[in-house]
Parts: sequence; C-alpha cells; structure tokens
Amino acid sequence: MTLDPVLLSRIQFAWVIGWHILLPAFTVGAASYIALLEGLHLATGRGVYLPVSNFWIRIFAVAFGMGVVTGIVMPFQFGTNWSGLSDAAGNIIGPTLSYEGLTAFFLEAAFLGVLLFGRTLVPPWAHFIAAVMVALGALFSSFWILATNSWMQTPVGYTVIDGRFYPMDWLQIVFSPSFPYRFAHTVVAFYVTTGFVVLGVGAYTIRRGMFQDEGRVMMTTALALLAVLVPLQMFIGDQHGLNTRRYQPAKLAGIEALWNTGSEVPLTLFALPDQSRERNDYAIEVPYLGSLILTHSLDGTIQGLKDFPVDQRPPVAIIFWAFRIMVGLAVLMLLLVAAGWWLRYRHELFYSSWYLRACQVAIPIGFIAVLAGWTTTEVGRQPWTVYGLLRTAKSVSPSLTGYDVLLSLLVYAVAYLVIYPTGFLYMLSLVRKGPGPTAAAPIEAGRPQLPVRRLPSTPQSEEVP
Amino acid sequence: MTGPALSFVGVWTALIALGVFLYVLLDGFDLGVGMLHGFARDAADREVIMNTIAPVWDGNETWLVFCGVALLAAFPLAFAIIVPAVYFPILVMLIALIFRGVAFEFRFEDRVRRAFWDRAFQVGSFVAVFAQGVVLGAFIQGFRVEGRVFSGTSVDFLTPFSILTGLALLFGYGLLGAGWLIIKTEGALQDWARRQGRLCLIGVVIGIVIVSLWTPLMEHRIAERWFSWPHVLFFWPVPIATLAVVVWAWRALTGSADAAPFIAAILLFLLSYLGIAISLWPMIVPYHFTLWEAASSPSTQAFLLVGALFLLPVILMYSAWSYWVFRGKARRDIGYH
Repeated sequence: MTLDPVLLSRIQFAWVIGWHILLPAFTVGAASYIALLEGLHLATGRGVYLPVSNFWIRIFAVAFGMGVVTGIVMPFQFGTNWSGLSDAAGNIIGPTLSYEGLTAFFLEAAFLGVLLFGRTLVPPWAHFIAAVMVALGALFSSFWILATNSWMQTPVGYTVIDGRFYPMDWLQIVFSPSFPYRFAHTVVAFYVTTGFVVLGVGAYTIRRGMFQDEGRVMMTTALALLAVLVPLQMFIGDQHGLNTRRYQPAKLAGIEALWNTGSEVPLTLFALPDQSRERNDYAIEVPYLGSLILTHSLDGTIQGLKDFPVDQRPPVAIIFWAFRIMVGLAVLMLLLVAAGWWLRYRHELFYSSWYLRACQVAIPIGFIAVLAGWTTTEVGRQPWTVYGLLRTAKSVSPSLTGYDVLLSLLVYAVAYLVIYPTGFLYMLSLVRKGPGPTAAAPIEAGRPQLPVRRLPSTPQSEEVP
Repeated sequence: MTGPALSFVGVWTALIALGVFLYVLLDGFDLGVGMLHGFARDAADREVIMNTIAPVWDGNETWLVFCGVALLAAFPLAFAIIVPAVYFPILVMLIALIFRGVAFEFRFEDRVRRAFWDRAFQVGSFVAVFAQGVVLGAFIQGFRVEGRVFSGTSVDFLTPFSILTGLALLFGYGLLGAGWLIIKTEGALQDWARRQGRLCLIGVVIGIVIVSLWTPLMEHRIAERWFSWPHVLFFWPVPIATLAVVVWAWRALTGSADAAPFIAAILLFLLSYLGIAISLWPMIVPYHFTLWEAASSPSTQAFLLVGALFLLPVILMYSAWSYWVFRGKARRDIGYH
C-alpha cells in the first residue's frame, strides 16, 4: 500500500482540529456562562453565584490554556501541509485568519488576567465587564474562523487570476451565503455543549451531597438555558440544511445517501451506503419525510448523487452516519431537557437519582454532537477545499511525501494522547474539589507578587511519598 | 510588481519585522528562562524562576501566531514556500511549545508526575529554541524553488549551517533569559543568573562570529552586499557596534547592574537581526522572491491593515501595562494559594 500524502494530511488536520475544537466548544460557552453568573450576582446580590462562578473560572482557565497551545498548531497546518491552498487562497483567507489571531490576542492581553486573578483587586462591576469582554472575545474568535470556513464552503466576492483567488468585495467574503447559518449553528452548539457540562456537573455535585446550593444553581441555570437553546438549535439546523441544499447540493445528497434525483423523496433512517455501486443496502425509509424536511413540502425535488460526476461526490457513508449521530443526540438532548422540566414542575428535580445520574452520563453529549456535525460539514465538502473551485488534492503541499506526513501524524497522535488525558484528569480533579470558597482568599496589597500558586515549599515535598 | 500609487508592502514589511522581533525578544527570554530552569540549584530556586515568567509567557507566545498569520495574509507566496520547506522543525517546535505550555498548569495538579512536567518544561524550551534556530538557518541558506512551489525535500533544512544557527540561538535565548532573571531576582539566585549569562554570552559571541564568516562564504550575494564599496561605509558600523555591545554586556554581567545585561542582550539581538536583514534584503524567499513579488493583493493588505493599525497599538499598550503590573522582584516568600 502506498502512503498518500493527501489522505494522511487530511487525517492529520482532522486529528489536530478535532481535539482542538473540543476546547472552544467548552470555553466559548463557559466564558458566556461565567459572564452570566457574574451578572446575576451583580443584579441579585445572592452570594451563591460567586463560588459557582469561581469554580467555573478555575476549570475555564485550564481549558483555555490548552486551547491556546493546541490553537497555535492550527495556522501552521495551512503552511506545512496545505501550502497549495495558502498560495491559491492566501489573499482571502489570510486576513480573515489574521483577524482571528488579533482578536484572540486582544482578549488574552486585555481581560483574561483580570478575570483569572482580579476578583479581589478590581470592583465587582469591573470583574463583570472583564467576564463579558472575555466572552465577546471568544465569540469574535469564532466569528472569524467560521467566516474563513464559510467562504471556503460557499465562496463569493472573489475573482480568479492565474489560478489564484483575489478579493473583490470583502463584505461578501466575510458574510458568505453559508456564514450566518454556520455561525449561529456553531455558537449555539458550543453553548449547548457547555450547558450539558454544567447540568451534569451540577447533578454530580448534588449527588455527592456537598455544595447543595451551588449544584442547584448550576442545574437550574443550565436547564433554563437549554430549554431555549436546544429547540432553537434544531430550528437553526433545519435552516442550515436548506442553505446547504441550495449551495452545496452534492453534500446534501451525500448526507441523505440519495442517489437518484426525485420528488416525494423518503427519509432514510438506516442504510449502509455503497459508494461504488451507487446504492444503499438494508435501507429503512419513511415515505415523503425526506422531501418534507429538506424542502418543507411533500413533493419537493431533491438532487441525487448521480447528478454529480463520480469525482465530485463526497464520501457518502461517513457523512450519512455522522449526520445521523448528530441528529440522534439532539433528540436525546431534547428528551433530557423535557424530563428535567417535568421533574422540576413536580419538585423532584434534585431528588430523582436516575435523572441526576442521567445528566452526569450526558456530560460529553454536546462534544460528540459537535464532532459529528463538524465531520458532516467538513467531509461533506470533499473533494474540495474551496467548494467547486479548488480540489483538496491540489491544496496539499507538493513537496510532502507520504512518509513525511505519516511521521508527523504519529508525533501529533502521541503528543495529544499524552496532553488530553492529563488535562482531562486535571479538570476532573477540579470538579471533585467542588465549588469551595478557596479561590476567594484575599490577596494583600495590590497585584499578586507571584501569579502561580506556590508549591508546598519544603524541599522534601518534591519527593513522592 | 504592484503599482507604486497604492502599495502597502513597506508597511507590512515593517509590521511583520516588528512582530518577529517582538516575538524573538519576548518569547526568547521566557524560553531562555525555561532552559535555565533545568540547571537551577534547587526546588525553591526553580519555583522563583518559573514565577518570573508565569504571568507573561502566553501573551509572548501569541506573537508567534500573529507572525504566522500575518505572513500568510501579507506574503502568502512566502508562507506557502517557506513553511513546508521547514516541515519538521515547525512540527518539533509546535510539539515542544505544547508540552512546555501545559506544564505551567499541569505541574501543580499532577503531583505524582511533577518531575515529568518539570522536565517537559525544560526540554520543551530547549527543543523549541533549537528548532527555531534551525528554521532561521534554513531561511538564510535559502530554498530550492520551482515556479511557485518549494521543490526540495523535507530534510533539506538539515545542514551543518542550520544546526549551527540552532545551537547559537540556544545561547542567545539563554542570554536573554539570564538577563530577565537578573532583573527579577536577587541574592544568590541573581549571582547564579549572572554566571549563566556570562556562559551564554561566550556562546553567543562564538555563534555570531562563525555565522558572520560563514554566510558571505556560502552566498556570494551576501559577500557583495557587505564587502563592496560604498556598502562598507554604511554597513560596517553594525559589526563594530556589536563588538561594543559585547564588551558592555560582559561588564554588565560581571558588575552589579540589574537591567543592563538584559538591555545589552536586546541590543545584541537587534544588531544581529539588522545584520541578517542587510544580508537578505529585499528577499522574503531567499534567493527567489522579493517582498514585492511575494506580496498579496493591495486590497488584501489594506483590509488587514485597518484592523492591525487599530488593534496592534492597543495590544502593545495592554502588554506593557501587564508587564508594569507584574514589575519588581519575584520572591519566594510571597505567593497565593
């Protein structure tokens, strides 16, 4: 078997971004949640919001730090492995990626320090402002990344000279046709992900019998937010689907594993798509439902995969199943939130052991849905990097051999398999400690002299007992 | 290439040059401190050493991202040729920076493996610096290019020259780190930092001398740049000033001044930077494409310039403010839990 640098580079990109995206999936939502808690504290004066906020700030700090170092890897991928894309589209994606860098920088330099270290050093309103600015910074960061991605999915506002893209209209480029839907869908996905983390950690806190008040605050705030966000996300997802049908019909046909163009299209619930024979095995279908969902009418016409040349079709099985995983998890989320509200109505929310346990098990649900959704949209745009214009095979760095990329992929694999479990266990230990009053210890006179907590200072403590 | 009426190439050259210099200076000293951490005498010293950079290192590192994406935006052709040509040094640098970065947090929580994360911090710093030095060497020696793509192999970067620049940068960042520690510490630890600084300075001088002799021998265009009349008149103040700064740095490291060694180290870097710029100007992909040939479209450069001219001063002000907030000596008896 020959090693294909294109396929290996794709796997490498999927690997580094798949791990990286887990961190913004949590920190974007967590930043906003912390700002909300700080705001609630200011507005109501209830003391319980403070330890909850401090608790999430501690976890946020670890996730943010890991997000920064794994984020540094990302822009370099465009050079190391995708220099063809950089040369062809650098005129357009260069500035949008740079704006993300500047925004992240701005957030980091300005307000993160105040949020992490400044509780006792600045007035409460200033701490609240810092929290809001960190949340805004995270949103701006997402804005520019998704603007870049959306332009590559639905390119507009450009002209091509000598095989390279040149900007014609920046407003069109930044707000490309799929951008509003992608941005809304992704940000709400991040919020929902954080919501289920907070819900599950709140349930865990209550189950342990310590910090009851804090656990209840987490569960009630999360349930309130999720009751709005989960249905909203389903609506946005539907709209995003209509947008995909219009601008990326091959992707949509792949998602539905629909081979033949037709009206009154059924919805395929289960199938094993066979790309080479252009058919589905063991399909389970619901009549009319496909047309109804995708066109909002019973006899709407949907283009099938056979309308597109074989070399312009995405890998059907992957996106068919990734999409179904995402939607299935969304249904589970809705059930979980509905059950929560029903229990709340009956005043049993904090005493129902099966529900608390279910919430705890559901902590990773948003992360899995985000990965499934990202897989759907990214694999679904294959075989293009700039949709319909620049092939993935032409985007890769021409100097790379399969062995080069295999080696780098292995290095990234090992590194991330060391870093992520360690970071995960670290955050788990912070969750175990619970929302205690520890972080509010007063710092004397001015800024802390040492920003890092001190190690136990006796030399003996270096040794492991 | 572009019409002279509306060209932002000059501005972007200046901005990226400034970004690279700030990165080298800022992350340079904290990477240097990370390397010296490995040679510290005891655990208490290691703790103070770590605390001198803990509040600033991540801000410093963000300049690396700025340099990367700004190069992609302003000179995409250079980005598309240079980065794949140094595929493995970049990979190694990124992995080293990841391990080093998370070590700041993990060493506190992961007590069982604290020794591992301390080692990750030190070795990560070493490896990242060496990789950056190798990238510098590969850049100076130039790349094989056909058309608009790098046409060499992924091991082209590895030459005696790039290994030399890798080693030289270890001493250079070490010198910056020692200078920073002299500012931030006192007593026995400061004396120790002075000794490390002197050692690094010797390494830096040897590195500068060899690189200065080697580059004109390696590339005739660089030799012409430096040794033809009347260039001699304009450019030779640079090596002469370098010599003066070396003498000053040595005296500062043997004396008792707090800030002078760090300032001298900065000046040494500035002069070396100038020297490289003089050698390579106006090439951005030595020796194939000039800054103007590799530049992105005026519309691209203008679009980003709007934001950069607004945000960069703000970022610089905040960075300066945060250094001001954490000014003064780091001490071992004050901390927060």
